Amino acid sequence: MTTESHHTLSHQPWLDPEEKPFIRIQGVTKQFGAFVAVDSVDLDIYKGELFALLGGSGCGKTTLLRMIAGFESPTSGRIVIDGEDMQDVPPYERPVNMMFQSYALFPHMTVEQNVAYGLKRDGVAREEIRTRVDAMLEMVELAAFRKRKPHQLSGGQKQRVALARSLVKNPKVLLLDEPLGALDKRLREQTQYELMNIQDQLGVTFIVVTHDQEEAMTLSTRIAVMDHGWFQQIGTPTEIYEFPESRFVADFIGSANMFEGRVAGHDGDVASIDVEGLPEPLKAEHTASLREGMQVWLAVRPEKMRIATEPFDDSSLNSIRGSVEDIGYYGDSSTYRIRVNPGMRLEITHPNLRRPRDGRHVADWDETVYIGWVPEAGVVLTR
Amino acid sequence: MSPKRSRFLFSSLCFGLAFLYIPMVLLIFYSFNHSRIVPIWGGFSLRWYKVLFQSEDVWAATALSFKIAFVNASFAMALGTLAGLALVRFGRFRGRTLFTGMITAPLVMPEVITGLSLLLLFIGLQGLIGWPAERGFTTITIAHITFSMAYVAVIVQSRLTGMSEDLEEAASDLGARPFRVLLDITLPRLAPGMLAGWLLAFTLSLDDLVIASFTTGPGSNTLPILIYSRIRLGLRPDINALATIIILAITTGVIIFGWIMLRQQRQREREMQQAALS
Amino acid sequence: MVERLQASWKLLVVLVPYIWLLIFFLAPFFMVLKISLAELRIASPPFTPMFGTDEAGATIIRLLFDNFRYLWEDSLYLNTYLNSLKISTSSTILCLLIGYPIAYAIVRSTPTVRNILLLLIILPFWTSFLLRVYAWMGLLADQGTINDLLIWLGIVDSPVRMLYTEFAVYVGIVYTYLPFMILPLYANMEKLDISLLEAASDLGARPVTTFLTVVLPLTVPGIVAGSLLVFIPATGEYVIPDLLGGGNVLMIGRVLYNEFNANTDWPVASAVAIVLLLLLVLPMMLYQHFQSKAAG
Repeated sequence: MTTESHHTLSHQPWLDPEEKPFIRIQGVTKQFGAFVAVDSVDLDIYKGELFALLGGSGCGKTTLLRMIAGFESPTSGRIVIDGEDMQDVPPYERPVNMMFQSYALFPHMTVEQNVAYGLKRDGVAREEIRTRVDAMLEMVELAAFRKRKPHQLSGGQKQRVALARSLVKNPKVLLLDEPLGALDKRLREQTQYELMNIQDQLGVTFIVVTHDQEEAMTLSTRIAVMDHGWFQQIGTPTEIYEFPESRFVADFIGSANMFEGRVAGHDGDVASIDVEGLPEPLKAEHTASLREGMQVWLAVRPEKMRIATEPFDDSSLNSIRGSVEDIGYYGDSSTYRIRVNPGMRLEITHPNLRRPRDGRHVADWDETVYIGWVPEAGVVLTR
Repeated sequence: MSPKRSRFLFSSLCFGLAFLYIPMVLLIFYSFNHSRIVPIWGGFSLRWYKVLFQSEDVWAATALSFKIAFVNASFAMALGTLAGLALVRFGRFRGRTLFTGMITAPLVMPEVITGLSLLLLFIGLQGLIGWPAERGFTTITIAHITFSMAYVAVIVQSRLTGMSEDLEEAASDLGARPFRVLLDITLPRLAPGMLAGWLLAFTLSLDDLVIASFTTGPGSNTLPILIYSRIRLGLRPDINALATIIILAITTGVIIFGWIMLRQQRQREREMQQAALS
Repeated sequence: MVERLQASWKLLVVLVPYIWLLIFFLAPFFMVLKISLAELRIASPPFTPMFGTDEAGATIIRLLFDNFRYLWEDSLYLNTYLNSLKISTSSTILCLLIGYPIAYAIVRSTPTVRNILLLLIILPFWTSFLLRVYAWMGLLADQGTINDLLIWLGIVDSPVRMLYTEFAVYVGIVYTYLPFMILPLYANMEKLDISLLEAASDLGARPVTTFLTVVLPLTVPGIVAGSLLVFIPATGEYVIPDLLGGGNVLMIGRVLYNEFNANTDWPVASAVAIVLLLLLVLPMMLYQHFQSKAAG
């Protein structure tokens, strides 16, 4: 492999067939009694990635992270890090470090002692410990707090100590369990960018567990969406948002209007889908192989729909008539809840480009409106 | 809260405290009585303190009691901490149910049963292997360790249950081997609980009469045994003096200990507030 | 290798206290059980061995239930057991009635006052049990403080006999075991969310109704733990009936002690202990159950 090709593909190593995965998770299952926390999952993570495991509570993301760290051992399957099978390697000998959700700072040690702890365990020379701890504290801007105990620090400071402590050993992989979970909203955004900068600077592979989809979207190179112990989808943030592969993903990341129907016919890569309660079939671009009569779901994001009080002229648009049931005003945008028929309601997000005239928005309560979207806007889902 | 109910709570509190403290106050009061007959006031005097300090029996018994209490507390702290660790951190192991039972049972076991059974064991062992050759310091201490370690184990257990394993895992993640984790993280965090356990074991031992009576031998009188042998026959002013010294010593100790703890806690809270503000 | 090393020190942590308890806690009970099935003899040790040899020289096991039959047939023992249970039950109820409002008052006071009150409740617990019982001897005696006070007030002419009666035993048990009732109750009530009471009152419950429908049900674990902590040791109590009850109050702890020390009838004393243990095994298991539930 030439340096050049490596360079061009470095942003998306998972697309390069010659790139070797740094962490391989192969058929890993974890059972607690009868409960299957992680259900035979496979995953490859590459060097320098900032990989997010995203899912609701109890989806198995933390268990997977703890198995990589070595606190839990898989019921079956293997975890390989940098070519080495981790089966019999205890946590204290793994080339990974973890930042705990609770930060887990040792309350009886100072900031400095906390950060130096890992280096001492490795028998690093005293002089070197000092320089490395200094450099690390400098990086997280806590040099002035080195003699403090954890209880004398604010939440954000604690978070940075925890980060420094887990990075000082130069781990090959840093595992972060809800790294921003304990911070308030403003600190969170700021810290998020700090994390990305540090990751970029050091080139360490990050694996982040989070339940916050926004956090996962902005932070990571790739996301694995987890549910009930397995991966619903693995992809870049854009892929996950724009091309969800299942109803679960479409619903979990952002929101989506879901039409259930059957394939009525094909016209090239545009399918028409019969939906009960709608007078005309909906048109949708697709890449999946569809058979006629097959049950499918069409997912359309609220912001990809248009709303108007007059019918649309453009016949290539999908168009539905309904009445405004509710309006949620968010300042920068408004969400309209449209009642199409007794069993169908749609949500449309509309940017508030102008100030409302005479207190009137695009449409008013109970007004008849038309909803339209282009065939490329929707995603056809088969599961 | 309605004033009527609050008045009820307040008066029951006052009654309760009076009930707990008046007898002790009177006990102390009569220790300064000159009269030989305790409840009849014969003027202020330190006569019985003098009698007390001149009594060699009392000194010997006190020394023995403290010796037993000290050795007991140290062993009970070690064994109880191990037991607490095993119960909370080792998950399931074979014989765990029996172990849990043996840890909690001494807390509620009537003393007469514990005392009797240990004595029978000591006698049985003596017949079998010739040990213990005589009963006294060793046998009382062993008996005390057996029930005190249960108290320590319960304290350690409750502290451990309240602590998440995050810190231990973090240490292990940073490269500390299990034994190192125990030394660096678990034991320092348990230290206050272990100290509390030590103090409790120490006082329990100083206080015990029944088990010591069963497991002692001729000539080995602990302080409670000595006191008991004297008060069985009625009130004794010198015992009032002894009681006064014991009560005041313990009260002072507990208050100082409590004050130090409170001060540390306040200091910590202040620092946490400052940190949150910064 | 690492795993094995790790396992070996963990094993040590379990084994040391385990073996200690097996030898000095469990084994003694089997000694008691064994001797309770033996027969008194004038020798040292004063009981017959369990394993003997018959005339033909074969080993025989002798198990005698005579001691237990004796306990059943002699009304003294039966009455003593019943009396012990009566005294410990009534004392437990008294402790609960006195301790509950105290615990509640402590929980409802401001944090600083609460700490001081807690210290005041715990303090007697740290001071000598024997001396606290002794203090009551001075109060209850014929020429004691209470009688002096009653005569001085003109309520009675001659001293009321209180020391060496069952009344004195009740006073002594309630007095010494009250902290054992208050502390678990307090620990339980402390966890009680004050907003629950506010919610009940907001929904129209009067204070008494709030207490009966919200506070009382939620403090059942504290009530059970406190009651067992009083009931179990009180049943086998020896010092209090001996010092305050004198010879007039029959309690089983005292009978056991005397049977062993004064009469040196080890087999009967052991049988008395076994029966007492059987009586208390259920409450003890209940206590353990609640403890392990509280520990999570």
